[in-house]
Amino acid sequence: MSKFTESVVSEIKKDYIQKLLSQGSRLDGRGADEYRKIEIINNFVPRACGSALVKIGNTQVLVGVKIEPGEPFPDTPDTGVLSTNAELVPLASPTFEAGPPGEEAIELARVVDRGIRESKAVDLEKLIIKPGEQVWIVFVDIHVLDYDGNLFDASALGSIVALKNSIVPASKFNLGDDFPLPIVHYPSTVTFAKIGGNIVVDPNLDEENIAQARITVTTDELGHVHAIQKGLDGTFKIEEIKNTISMGMRIGNKLRNEYIIKGD
Amino acid sequence: MEKIREIVLPGEEIILGENKPGNGIYVENGKAYVEYLGVKSIKSGYVNIIPLSGRYQPQKGDKVIGKIVDIMSSNWVVDINAPYLAPLHVNDTPWKVDFGDTSKYLNVGDTILAKVMSVNEVKQVWLTLKEPGLRKLQGGHIITVSPTKVPRIIGKDGSMIKILKEMTNSKIYVGQNGIIWVEGTTESILKVVGAIRLIEREAHIIGLTDRVKEYLSKSKKENDVE
Amino acid sequence: MSGMKTDIKLIDENGKRIDGRTFDQIRPIKIEAGILERADGSAYIEWGGNKIIAAVYGPREVYPKHMQDPSKAVLRARYNMAAFSVDERKKPGPDRRSIELSMVISNALSSVVFLEQFPRTAIDVFIEVLQADAGTRIAGLTAASVALADAGIPMKDLIVGCAAGKVENTIVLDLNKEEDNFGQADLPVAIIPRTKEIVLFQMDGDMIEEEINRAMDMAINASLQIYELQKDALKRKYFNIVQEDELQ
Repeated sequence: MSKFTESVVSEIKKDYIQKLLSQGSRLDGRGADEYRKIEIINNFVPRACGSALVKIGNTQVLVGVKIEPGEPFPDTPDTGVLSTNAELVPLASPTFEAGPPGEEAIELARVVDRGIRESKAVDLEKLIIKPGEQVWIVFVDIHVLDYDGNLFDASALGSIVALKNSIVPASKFNLGDDFPLPIVHYPSTVTFAKIGGNIVVDPNLDEENIAQARITVTTDELGHVHAIQKGLDGTFKIEEIKNTISMGMRIGNKLRNEYIIKGD
Repeated sequence: MEKIREIVLPGEEIILGENKPGNGIYVENGKAYVEYLGVKSIKSGYVNIIPLSGRYQPQKGDKVIGKIVDIMSSNWVVDINAPYLAPLHVNDTPWKVDFGDTSKYLNVGDTILAKVMSVNEVKQVWLTLKEPGLRKLQGGHIITVSPTKVPRIIGKDGSMIKILKEMTNSKIYVGQNGIIWVEGTTESILKVVGAIRLIEREAHIIGLTDRVKEYLSKSKKENDVE
Repeated sequence: MSGMKTDIKLIDENGKRIDGRTFDQIRPIKIEAGILERADGSAYIEWGGNKIIAAVYGPREVYPKHMQDPSKAVLRARYNMAAFSVDERKKPGPDRRSIELSMVISNALSSVVFLEQFPRTAIDVFIEVLQADAGTRIAGLTAASVALADAGIPMKDLIVGCAAGKVENTIVLDLNKEEDNFGQADLPVAIIPRTKEIVLFQMDGDMIEEEINRAMDMAINASLQIYELQKDALKRKYFNIVQEDELQ
């Protein structure tokens, strides 16, 4: 089937999900502000500098971090470089096609990157090798393995956990001893979907397929907001945006304490 | 007495004895081998392999539940979870559809209860709605199971599906292709879905019928869903 | 073979290789079937330091339509490496090596699948290397075969393989990363276990005929052991003792 026929949503399912939501429940019995079961396997790819396999329900995303010496950007000669990429590989869903990243993969990577970059999670100023000439480049590569909704949160969670446990392999390049990647902030990302008039957190695939709009909110441990992305082509009311931002902060905190800051 | 059987894998040899090779078996140099992952079954002098996985393999006469995924001027295209999409021609419906008016009757996203009218040698399927009871389905909920679990969900002589319907007071159609439609109150739908997931998980463990009955008699709060 | 030079001794005076193995030992292998939800079939393999996922979608209709074969299914395998799977970060996307490996793997798998049963469809096989440690094409193919069975695809048999090679003038089984980089030859082989017919055969390096024959024999024998692991993975997942009167 083509990408389009594969993603046709049955009207019956659509109606049923909306009916349940109007009664305050979801297909899998979750509340509107509840996540599916989250499981994180740290250091899944030991040969990478850092890595994390994140499962949220049936969604599985593997994030790998590679750190290598390279040239700084000309306008920031004294800071390290952060580069984030996402691959929606075809094995993860019948709707993903092989090829260079499409707009969905690019949006995913840029939103995850924004949260890490704007929160200054990675202390890029500590990643100078030779000022103006050589710095550490931190590559964050998001590899989606199984798509059942909410790639944003799985990818963002995998990214910060992988970064937090990454080691800069300086010895490999004869640039001194290995040292832990300096992480000073812990951004946490929460995604909401709007279905009918209802807003639910952590949409699964069925919910995502019928959602009119989506919003992703990234906040840090100080209560600052660092990234917001409204997705899809439907609309939000002003009140709804304000609510999701404060819910995003509250739920984001919970996620951060349970999965990001907690010791491994 | 119930016989216990083990699973067989592609390439394993099958001793036919006096039986003939049936579905899922190929013959090479006079010997018989398994084609796909499944369980060996002997019936009416044939050895068949009953699949344990894979998409729906259509059979003539099967009742299936499908989703309209495309519309043309004189037919619809239906996804029945098989290797091929199945066409439904306007002539095989009880309606008089003028050329180009197909979307007035069925639209992309609609669900139908249909019958497999014919299957050719390469397993392409033609569907019909032209029989009593076949129609567009509305309301209720749809879930998908592996087609290989359908016999278990229906049960011997429909015994299992009868329990599901009676104990929850709901309407249930189980398509041979693994798509199941349930209608009833929100609570009864949740119960049916939970029971079906239980059957899927524990189909191979003895005492399934009793466990399903036990599950259905508990209240909603005590059960995990979907 | 990359022709790189090293000062490390790859095989010591007792015949032990740098990871402690003897010349005829394979690395530890673990296989699990059915580990993904969306795919029709899937498998995960750990082979030495290799971590590879294989998934199957199909048979399904082919798009674009001009890629259909009216007489049989088209089996397309796509071998891909994650950016973080190798030492130096790899730019995502297919490179010439991935394209070649995709092709030899497609050919190997196509030789056993009963493609004529599903004309005009595609059977898509995706192999994602999450961590690479030499021998990825064989490990990927071995997992892909399990994924095809997991998807219920009709086949003549599973296929399975192993690589052998030449390191410091010794024929060894299942090269590790250093041996692959600094050794003298690499010979991956894959077979149909029941008949020992060869479905994949490549050689790269410098060997005489005798050495090739030895390497081939070793690789084929090892493959048969790995076949048992494939079957075990499938049986474990479908630990399914079915009662007669519940069926048909």
